[in-house]
Amino acid sequence: MISPIVLPLTAGLLCFLFSHKTFTIALAAALANLLAVCFLTWQLLVFGPMRCHMGGWQPPLGITLRTDGPALLMLLMTAVTGLAITLYARGYFTYRIADPRHASRHQRQQRYFWPLWMLLLAGLNGLFLSNDIFNLYVTLELIGISAASLAALSGKPVSQLASFRYLMVSLLGSLTYLLGVVFLYKSYGVLDLDILQNITTSGPGMRAALALLSVGLLLKTALFPLHFWLPPAHANALAPVSAILSALVVKGSFFLLFRFWFEVFASIVTTPALSFMGALGAIAIFWGAIQAMRQQRLKLMVAYSTVSQLGYLFIAFPLARVDGDAQVWSIVIFMALAHACAKSAMFMAAGTVFLHLGHDRIKDLSGVRASLPITVFAYGIAAVSLMGLPPSGGFIAKWMLLTSSLVSTQWWWALVIITGSLLASIYVFRVMSRFFVIPEGFAFKKPEPLSPLLEWPALALALLSLLLGLVAPWPLYILATGSTFLAQIFPGGLP
Amino acid sequence: MITTLLYSLTGLILFGMGIFTLFIHSHPLRKILAVNVMSTGVFLILIATAYTPLGQGNIDPVPHAMVLTGIVVSVSVTALALILACRVQETSNLNLLGKKRQGRIPEESSK
Amino acid sequence: MNWGQWLLISILLSSFIPGIIIFGLPEEKHRLRTILNLCGSIIKISLILIMDTGIYFGYTFEIRMPIIPGVELLLNGDPLSALFATLSSVLWLLTTIYAVGYLEGSPNRSHFFGYFSLCVTVTIGIALAGNLVTFLLFYEMLTLTTYPLVIHRGTKKSLRAGRNYLIYALSGGAVFLVAVVSLQAVVGPADFTAAGFSSSFIDTHGTVLVLIFILLIIGVGVKAALVPLHGWLPQAMVAPAPVSALLHAVAVVKAGAFGIIRIVLDVYGAHNLLLLGVLPLLGGVASITILYASVRALQQDDLKRRLAFSTISQVSYIALGMSLVDQPLAVIGGLVHLVHQGLMKITLFFCAGNLAETLGIHRISEMSGVARRMPLTMTAFSIGAFGMIGIPPTVGFVSKWYLGLGGLASGTWWVMVVLAVSSLLNGCYFLPILTKAWFGKQQGPWPEEQYISRFETRLMLLVPPLVTAFIVMAAGLVANAQVSPLAWVRFIVREYGL
Repeated sequence: MISPIVLPLTAGLLCFLFSHKTFTIALAAALANLLAVCFLTWQLLVFGPMRCHMGGWQPPLGITLRTDGPALLMLLMTAVTGLAITLYARGYFTYRIADPRHASRHQRQQRYFWPLWMLLLAGLNGLFLSNDIFNLYVTLELIGISAASLAALSGKPVSQLASFRYLMVSLLGSLTYLLGVVFLYKSYGVLDLDILQNITTSGPGMRAALALLSVGLLLKTALFPLHFWLPPAHANALAPVSAILSALVVKGSFFLLFRFWFEVFASIVTTPALSFMGALGAIAIFWGAIQAMRQQRLKLMVAYSTVSQLGYLFIAFPLARVDGDAQVWSIVIFMALAHACAKSAMFMAAGTVFLHLGHDRIKDLSGVRASLPITVFAYGIAAVSLMGLPPSGGFIAKWMLLTSSLVSTQWWWALVIITGSLLASIYVFRVMSRFFVIPEGFAFKKPEPLSPLLEWPALALALLSLLLGLVAPWPLYILATGSTFLAQIFPGGLP
Repeated sequence: MITTLLYSLTGLILFGMGIFTLFIHSHPLRKILAVNVMSTGVFLILIATAYTPLGQGNIDPVPHAMVLTGIVVSVSVTALALILACRVQETSNLNLLGKKRQGRIPEESSK
Repeated sequence: MNWGQWLLISILLSSFIPGIIIFGLPEEKHRLRTILNLCGSIIKISLILIMDTGIYFGYTFEIRMPIIPGVELLLNGDPLSALFATLSSVLWLLTTIYAVGYLEGSPNRSHFFGYFSLCVTVTIGIALAGNLVTFLLFYEMLTLTTYPLVIHRGTKKSLRAGRNYLIYALSGGAVFLVAVVSLQAVVGPADFTAAGFSSSFIDTHGTVLVLIFILLIIGVGVKAALVPLHGWLPQAMVAPAPVSALLHAVAVVKAGAFGIIRIVLDVYGAHNLLLLGVLPLLGGVASITILYASVRALQQDDLKRRLAFSTISQVSYIALGMSLVDQPLAVIGGLVHLVHQGLMKITLFFCAGNLAETLGIHRISEMSGVARRMPLTMTAFSIGAFGMIGIPPTVGFVSKWYLGLGGLASGTWWVMVVLAVSSLLNGCYFLPILTKAWFGKQQGPWPEEQYISRFETRLMLLVPPLVTAFIVMAAGLVANAQVSPLAWVRFIVREYGL
């Protein structure tokens, strides 16, 4: 169970040492990570949720790792998206290094990208697997450091500023989270999530702790109004980095937040609090969508689209419990999976367009359809998922949200969701129609032979997000199997 | 009990001062120092939870471990933040306070 | 998986796979592309005919795929889906031939024909949908696959038309989604069954069900171009003629009308609708659409725009027939008009495309004396126009006859008025075109004469409208025979027990 953490960690260190073979090491690590996660999934389906006591130490002293349905689905999401991003990054850097003017700068970027990305992957896997709130702080910091460094990698002045701000916000978030952890420890003296889940009682201390934890994690998940750092950081980073940040990093802190609200602190969470989160999510949807419509640059638009889509995740807060406790996670899991695949595909497509045209001004994007057909396809299919059209994963999430809101007669959320999707289609199709425009006197030449690594991972991820709706029973099955509390205990570190 | 309360309160005050500075002041160095002060505050509260008066049982080692881990994290993060602040200053036409600088920015050296 | 399920999947794949392959083909491989298209459509027609025979003899075709609790994809072959599927596939074959001829020499044909095939796949999916969720799935996908066709030319005008199309279609889709989810919340997940849901729900949730019905009709009404949701259709005429033919005869507008039929017959059921009392509302909207669109058609000089408003008007006959659902004659009239209007309108659009492509004629004022230059095309056009007006022995007369009989039987006198007035208006806007073409004198050279050879235009452009015009006459003449659309519609109505 520790292999998803250890493998990328080792790979990251090896990448630092062997700066010439970085891609091979990284690819091997990504593939091995995927295999390990698949193995864990199989174990989950056969044995049920598991706990692994690190080093043989029992809680409350020792640190445990846990696998259950939601954690495993997030691990799968990270592994699959991570593999696609690894391939894409290889294509991206190869293309950039082939350009003789700035080859040395891109060489340097590549040298540092791979170890940082591997460390980030290790941190993410650790976050999904950890069952100990202080260990979660450490993984949050690891993620924050690697993410900020990755964001700064592009070397542009605006990205340096953005990444510095990102780092400060990330630190503020982690420290607030740590303060919450301290409050929890002061009240109960344990750090293990399982034990905490059983003994939390209501009280001002608990509420303060939950508030602090939430604020810290909300800063990292960029919910309105704490989202200000996200668009500059995501838009000005290198294309593979934007994909990583938007698709994976923000999902990590969200996962933690959801787990705290609905599993650990489930007894003290009140309906007004849930509705408040939902309201913030609704504002985020509208604000992000309106800002996305106003953008002149493609990558900024996609970044604001992330702000908007994250709002959907928070609308699920007041609606997740409608079906009873059994399927609390299902909405957010589908939304997270679909968004991760679609958003990384979209950022990859945007990056390819940027490489091909040399700029990403939206009004000058004409005629791309002829030269980059596969990339435009990938963008279009990813857009379908973002708009929540069937049969994508976004549609399934939207359907579940709508059903929950209408069944529980909180119909105003339905209105928000529908309006949000329509707004999303506006900003998405604004770019799409520019792709299709044929400028005057356009000569239809053959599409430029770009490396397949630049185009196909985006298309594959986009198709995955589209077809997620059709394979929806599988994640639901994993969630159902992984939610019982009969956990197998593995002493020591396995496997 | 009073000791714990005193330490915890101090820690909270430090945390608050740090947040205030982080938001109000714009100089990057100040922000980094503010973050450090915040983390010190949190560690102080943590240490306070480990306090047991003399002779009333064993000291709780877990918060100590947490604080040590936290200090290590804090040091590495501060280093990263300082480097980023330097990079921000080098590559922009503004000095650290956000005011326009006289003279050219140094050309990007190959790194 | 029995052979029936394989049949359903193969019907969908027979145009899906050629579509995907065509996307990957390089631009120059014209012949391969044409062969793929034609093979795909011939295979599809054959498979659908097999399915029709099976349905006639009582065989059931059904394939289910559960998604999440409460959402299940269901493909189902019943007599109504057979009607729509057969119509779509036959007309697709003809449109493909026409499109190959029309787009000769245009750029970017790979993408065009790829989306074309996907569009037909989705239309057949709509025909075969067995519950509202599947219908919704294919409905939204239809918007997505027809959008690239509308903006194919890439000009500012096409982009604007495409944007309007999207705004209308996606908003309609959103309303439809809310309605479907609400319906499911009230009556539970339901497949299309002949009598709709149980009447007991009406006692408890009467007003909500009325509201949901209105929302559902709005949702499909956007594609079916009910007034005031019709705004996208005249603008979409900027697309190439094969696309207009496809949009108006086969895919989008018919899908909307088919949706109305399904909602009335299978989702709510005749009995529930009579209890709820919403039918006059539907009838009213349909009548307003018929009359308003006919009046607007009179004012148009652009030929395709006049035909567009004529479509809006004619498709509402189907809705009108459905609103008299307690009268089997009216339902027969509405259902059979689905087929007949498709045939007639595609003929008219093919001819309009011929005129534009061969002679550069876009406006009616330029059409003086064109019948001397293109007699066969104008003959087909005239047959289509006569059908629209409702002159025997064209099929248009058959559907109007049944609608009229149904209106008479139900005692709603305004239906007769609407039918009479609209036939009059049809005559008013079609006959001048015919007189001008046949009896007018040519006023100077044609705008852009392109093709001078033994036949009046390219064979691939000439044959499809002649074929459809022939069917318009033949199906009208043999309407009472065993193998006409009318016979099948009678079979459907018998199955529904109306």
